[in-house]
Amino acid sequence: MEMGFTSAVYVLAAILFILSLGGLSGQESAKRAVWYGITGMALAVSATLLGPGLGLWWLSLVLISAGGLVGYQLASKVGMTQMPELVAGMHTLVGLAAVFVGFNTHFELVNIAYMDDAAKKTLEGFSALLAKKSSIEINILRVETSLGIWIGAVTFTGSLIAYGKLAGKVTSAATKLPGGHFLNAAAAILSVLSMAWYLNSGELLSMIILMIMALFIGYHLIMGIGGADMPVVVSMLNSYSGWAAAAIGFSLGNDLLIVVGALVGSSGAILSYIMCKAMNRSFVSVILGGFGGSSGPQMEIKGNQVAIDADGVATMLNDAESIVIIPGYGMAVAQAQQSVAELARKLRAQGKNVRFAIHPVAGRLPGHMNVLLAEARVPYDIVMEMDEINDDFPDTDVAIVIGSNDIVNPAAQDDPNSPIAGMPVLECWKAKHVFVSKRGEGTGYSGIENPLFFKENTRMFYGDAKESLDKLLPLIE
Amino acid sequence: MKIGALKEIFSGEKRVALTPDSAIQLQKLGHDCLIESGSGMAAGFSDEQYKAAGVEISTNAEELTKTSDVIVKVLPPSEAEINRFSSTKILISFFYPGANKALLEIAKSKDASVIAMDMVPRISRAQKMDALSSMANISGYRAVIEAGNNFGRFFTGQMTAAGKVPPAKVLVVGAGVAGLAAIGTSTSLGAITYAFDVRPEVAEQVESMGAEFVFLDFADEQTNNGSSGGYAAVSSPEFTNAQLSKFREIAPDIDIVITTALIPNREAPELWTSDMVASMKPGSVIVDLAAEKGGNCKLTVLDERIVTDNGVIIIGYTDFPSRMAAQASTLYASNIRHMISDLTPEKDGVIVHNMEDDVIRGATVTHNGEITFPPPPPKIQAIAAAPKERVPDKTPEEIRANEIAAFKKQTKNQIILLVVGGALMFLVGSYAPASFMQHFIVFILSIFVGFQVIWNVSHSLHTPLMAATNAISSIIILGAILQISSTSSLVIILASISIFFAGINIFGGFIVTRRMLAMFQKS
Repeated sequence: MEMGFTSAVYVLAAILFILSLGGLSGQESAKRAVWYGITGMALAVSATLLGPGLGLWWLSLVLISAGGLVGYQLASKVGMTQMPELVAGMHTLVGLAAVFVGFNTHFELVNIAYMDDAAKKTLEGFSALLAKKSSIEINILRVETSLGIWIGAVTFTGSLIAYGKLAGKVTSAATKLPGGHFLNAAAAILSVLSMAWYLNSGELLSMIILMIMALFIGYHLIMGIGGADMPVVVSMLNSYSGWAAAAIGFSLGNDLLIVVGALVGSSGAILSYIMCKAMNRSFVSVILGGFGGSSGPQMEIKGNQVAIDADGVATMLNDAESIVIIPGYGMAVAQAQQSVAELARKLRAQGKNVRFAIHPVAGRLPGHMNVLLAEARVPYDIVMEMDEINDDFPDTDVAIVIGSNDIVNPAAQDDPNSPIAGMPVLECWKAKHVFVSKRGEGTGYSGIENPLFFKENTRMFYGDAKESLDKLLPLIE
Repeated sequence: MKIGALKEIFSGEKRVALTPDSAIQLQKLGHDCLIESGSGMAAGFSDEQYKAAGVEISTNAEELTKTSDVIVKVLPPSEAEINRFSSTKILISFFYPGANKALLEIAKSKDASVIAMDMVPRISRAQKMDALSSMANISGYRAVIEAGNNFGRFFTGQMTAAGKVPPAKVLVVGAGVAGLAAIGTSTSLGAITYAFDVRPEVAEQVESMGAEFVFLDFADEQTNNGSSGGYAAVSSPEFTNAQLSKFREIAPDIDIVITTALIPNREAPELWTSDMVASMKPGSVIVDLAAEKGGNCKLTVLDERIVTDNGVIIIGYTDFPSRMAAQASTLYASNIRHMISDLTPEKDGVIVHNMEDDVIRGATVTHNGEITFPPPPPKIQAIAAAPKERVPDKTPEEIRANEIAAFKKQTKNQIILLVVGGALMFLVGSYAPASFMQHFIVFILSIFVGFQVIWNVSHSLHTPLMAATNAISSIIILGAILQISSTSSLVIILASISIFFAGINIFGGFIVTRRMLAMFQKS
């Protein structure tokens, strides 16, 4: 087939990918958008198989089918609460693929260097493209390849650790090796040095050092980030996997890879930005781990936490007119989304105004709560964003906080010395009554005391979120 | 421990410090309860009810005092009552230690501990035992009912077949607990209610109860940031003048005045002067809840209902809680029960008189043969935080100016970005070979498109977005497909692994995205 044909299909595929991402602006158009993405991918792969990748096409097909089978199994079985792990886990695959493709480019480059002109002419496909390069172009190629490998390797270990943290296999607390950021800085400097070395010599060893350094950075960087910052981490890794693809696209001279890599990269970057803004923290401070130092002692909390039982909550709910439910990661942990949805259904059946308030960083993944509620068949038009609902709290009879803590912490507004000062929060304490479903009297992931629990209109509904709600459900008339 | 409730001997006092309900709760804390026979009759609790609740009935006050470890009462004890006390006994009742020095001395000489319910500090934790508030709440409610009883017209405005009835106008002076209760009762009866307080920060509470706050034209507003423990402080003369002239202005229009203004340890301030009373319509009613401390109106006669020459009724009763003995007893007994619950931290029937506890320390007036009144200031200073400064609403011009400024700033930022970006491009372009530039342009444009497109993605779809971008980032498979036709077997192996992994990702990513999107549904 002609190169022209492949390029034409690539353009089509690129447009489909853009439409696919653009379609995610609304729930309804999103259902169509995902088909654009699938079509784009199918076109791109088949055009490559028929065109420049024709050699060994049967092996490619077999491998894709095998991978597809595994992917199908994984994706059909995974529960919605495990979505963060799955997304992080899949990023490792992209990272690893980028590293391998990068190394392949290096090997091909070495092969070609030993060939004479006659042999070069017999080459086809990718190697033929490489053979035509001038020395400047080869230098640029080396930079691109090493960038691809570096980003890919960081993505790989970073996502692996993120996966471990989200799946509970690695401690979600921020842990750092002695030396902290100096280790990262040293690894980064070594990476730059080995990249320069590779640029001048083309040695395989320099590439391996580069990769090891990148693997270390990915590991250490993400280990140092606590559980509550995971939404930023996952979207950042998402972004990295895109940039890795783009870098590889440069080294292969493939525009479609560049286009898609850039789309994914910028998408992840925007998500990270939105998440950081929702926590009122700079991207750098999240990535470097730990909360910013506070400038003084935290405000002393007065009063005590008053507990309430299911009967009390049920009475208040039966009397309430407007109710707002604020889910957090605790709901996901307790797998309580079905009970929460059932509660909302029962209350709505009584003609009450029930809505959900979602903080942008609730959960471990951007939009995590929305997916869980959608799974439990909560209609999306009663699920509100923070900005949409914050002004309505003074008119709300009952706010129910289920497994969230920092995102409803009034200290963010009242206490300039609080580590989360300035973070936008859901102002649920303005509701007439607040019920907090919580396992015990502990602090949240960030270890910050929450004055909400001590407010006069707050009652603590202790216990596992799912068990508490299941006790409550039969009491709602 | 045995907890005994004495019958109130003061004539006309109908309340009781122990109810059958509170007795059950106290028994749960491990205590035994006794009551003097007939104590609850006036409040509607018979001896039989007490017996049914497991309370022992004692016929003799002396006997009861002897056998009980904790004696609970409503009003301060008489000298005879307190003389029966011996050491280790604890008395819990209203005590007014500031006014009852002699009683305090006797209690001290008897070596008894006295916990004065009127001395419970006003902090959030102690609200459940704040008997003054419970009683004030009843007084406020009852004041309106009493006023209605004496007022010859409806509260609510009505349009009847026989003609139009105007609504009553009620002014509540002092928006403390009693004032707020009065406001709530009055508005729910349908009267037009006005309220005034020297603390401007309570205006919000007043308005939340449905009354209109009477603001003074007074520039130098009083600042009260809770330093007086949530009570009103003495006003400056200028402020008082402004206040009186405002009252004078509205007095002829008001049908019912309920005054509740008290300042701790002082005579009640005069707020409703004789000339205001004179300017009121005949048949109007004044209920002076401050009568005990001399009254907010100087014409008030203690414990009497009088009618002035111009037909204004002034009520100076002080026994409003006792007039609602059943309700008052329930609340008071519940306050007592909470106090005993705090004194029994282990819930094992053992009283621990912990003088380190702010609430217990504050309420205790004699302990271990010493007078512990007045208490030191509580460790926790609470109640109202400093009122937030009101941000004046922006005028349309200011909003417009802000918009223009924001627009200009945005334009400036964009131009700077474009110029810097352009310069960088030029720099790259002048060194890099043309083949690189071709791809580079594609790259930059794609980032640009990405930014434009992603900002529109709905927040709730961020997880599907990540799954979808994850799936399409496996476009890296193209690279592996290109390389798999290599002559080197190492390259073929690595490329194969990459294709396999990317394959997992493509299918997994898209399937998961579809699964998630299918779940989103409208109601």
